[in-house]
Amino acid sequence: MTYDIAINGKSYRLDLNRVGSRWSCRVDGREVEVDAVLARPDVLSLRIGNHAYEVKCERVAGEMHLWVGSARFAAEVRDPRSLRGRVRAVDDHGPKKLTAPMPGKIVRVLVNQGAEVEAGSGVVVVEAMKMQNEIKSPKRGTIQKILVSEGAAVNAGDVLAIVE
Amino acid sequence: MFKKILIANRGEIAVRVIRACHEMGIAAVAVYSDVDRPALHVRKADEAYPIGAAAASESYLNIPKILDVAARSGADAIHPGYGFLSENAKFARACAEAGVKFIGPTAAAMDAMGSKTRARQAMERAGVPFVPGTSRGLESREQAEEVAARIGYPVMLKAAAGGGGKGMRLVHAPEELKSALEGARSEAERSFGDSEVYLEKAIINPRHIEMQVLADEHGNTVYLGERECSLQRRHQKVVEEAPSPIVDPDMRKRMGEVAVRVAQAAGYTNAGTVEFLVDREKNFYFLEMNTRLQVEHPVTELITGIDLVHLQIRIAAGERLPFTQEEVVIRGHAIECRIYAEDPDNNYFPSPGKITLLLLPSGPGIRRDSGMYEGWTVPMDYDPLLAKLIGYGTDREQAISRLTRALNEYFVGGIKTNISLFRRILSDPDFRAAKMDTGFLDRLLKQKTVEAPADPKAIEVAVIAAGIFATLGSAAAGAGERPVATVSANSKPHAASNWKIAARKEATT
Repeated sequence: MTYDIAINGKSYRLDLNRVGSRWSCRVDGREVEVDAVLARPDVLSLRIGNHAYEVKCERVAGEMHLWVGSARFAAEVRDPRSLRGRVRAVDDHGPKKLTAPMPGKIVRVLVNQGAEVEAGSGVVVVEAMKMQNEIKSPKRGTIQKILVSEGAAVNAGDVLAIVE
Repeated sequence: MFKKILIANRGEIAVRVIRACHEMGIAAVAVYSDVDRPALHVRKADEAYPIGAAAASESYLNIPKILDVAARSGADAIHPGYGFLSENAKFARACAEAGVKFIGPTAAAMDAMGSKTRARQAMERAGVPFVPGTSRGLESREQAEEVAARIGYPVMLKAAAGGGGKGMRLVHAPEELKSALEGARSEAERSFGDSEVYLEKAIINPRHIEMQVLADEHGNTVYLGERECSLQRRHQKVVEEAPSPIVDPDMRKRMGEVAVRVAQAAGYTNAGTVEFLVDREKNFYFLEMNTRLQVEHPVTELITGIDLVHLQIRIAAGERLPFTQEEVVIRGHAIECRIYAEDPDNNYFPSPGKITLLLLPSGPGIRRDSGMYEGWTVPMDYDPLLAKLIGYGTDREQAISRLTRALNEYFVGGIKTNISLFRRILSDPDFRAAKMDTGFLDRLLKQKTVEAPADPKAIEVAVIAAGIFATLGSAAAGAGERPVATVSANSKPHAASNWKIAARKEATT
């Protein structure tokens, strides 16, 4: 199998060939032999050479983080061959939706349609539970569409804006 | 001995008290608010009763509801835990009237220590050292100058009517006093409608050292050693340890005997803590007394080998202390970290959500008092304390190394926690050298964290693991996926600790 993997934003090409618990890997062309055992869902025990690693996977709100020991990495996995993977495939180049994480009210719209944003820029402010939550753009790009206006009530999952 | 105890609390402390009950063969009754139905303490108890909506005022602070559960369940005693109703004299009285034993001090003892002026007067009578200054408001600039000259600069001007830093002025030298006094008075007037200001010696960057006391209902009072709690953020303790690295046996004896005098002056029974501020010369001054079991009690339990909750129950049941002061021996060193559901990268905002993965530390010298479990959704309605992780060793160095090792084993997935903060603290050279004071954490947090460049080996492992997880597909996936609000540092801070606000309101009625 072949994947495009982004770790903390930097891309790597990964080829995997599995025989039982042995995985022959090629990371950007570099060959690595790996022995992998799934200890429990979301926890991998890896041996590379004689080095042992514990890797935890954390999936929250469409984002994936991997922890190698205590070091945390943002991860994105793209399977170039299939459009629908079991892992949510995140396409850096396509439009992404910003959704409301909880029911609430739009108190501010911070950018206009057409505005350039960075990853992490605030797009919309939703108020819920007496707390104001700034919903941020997941990627660098342009605001293709703002679907809500100030004062609007939203439900969890409602699309607030699209960044492309 | 009691047959059944109602625990009027939640979270890790409710679990802790339930455990003590079961160890003593006593049935445990839990109460829970609507959002706490799935909480750990509910299924660890023998009986559990719903007590209403999430808001603490409707549930955990609701005295009639709690006493109603006590009556219906036939509980013969109530353990209040910490926070909530634990220092509420009205509740203690109501328990007495209802014929249910309140596991803690009497309402009178709570009242005696609850008022700062009354406490100071009691301390004066008992010959207890407290921060020198005036016990009444300053009448004139001349009086201020005279007192300041007598006690020595620097001095602190404080508003009699309130706190929170308002109406407070630090004065380093006599020339500054006049304008500082005018400024403090007008700020006090604006903030509290009362311009009364008093004067105290300013203790710069003190250490916060507190003494555990225990008194039975037969007149026996002992001290069980001190705890150092200087690592605080916004007056909230973050790391505590016992013993204090700067207290030698002689100082311990002197502080302990003062603490016992304080407890006796208040007519205190059961477990309590006397707080002191300690200056650079190791002079200690009475600050206040906490008339309850404290969050950080495990560090004292580990260095003395004494189970405080067992003893609380036994004292309340009328037993005498089973040991004398001379039999109390301090051994080893214990350090506790308070694990909160907070985001350290986002100004420590509470971090709600579902715990999707929980990997727990254990092994030699590790104690974990926890209210969380994998799959639990942390409710937003209460103080976000998830667990306490305590490392114990033969000395401070070993306690630190065990705790560090345990923190590396601890993994809480799905929510943000302050675990990374403890790694920073424990590896800090000043912390390791025990150079601490109440300003330590603020100074540490101001330092820019230099992000070490990511280890290329670790990145390679991450790439491979990402691919393996993806290939294994749903078989490898755990409980993940829950929308989490992204809170920016610019948004309004979460209403601070609802229970603290409500508990304070209750304590002042």
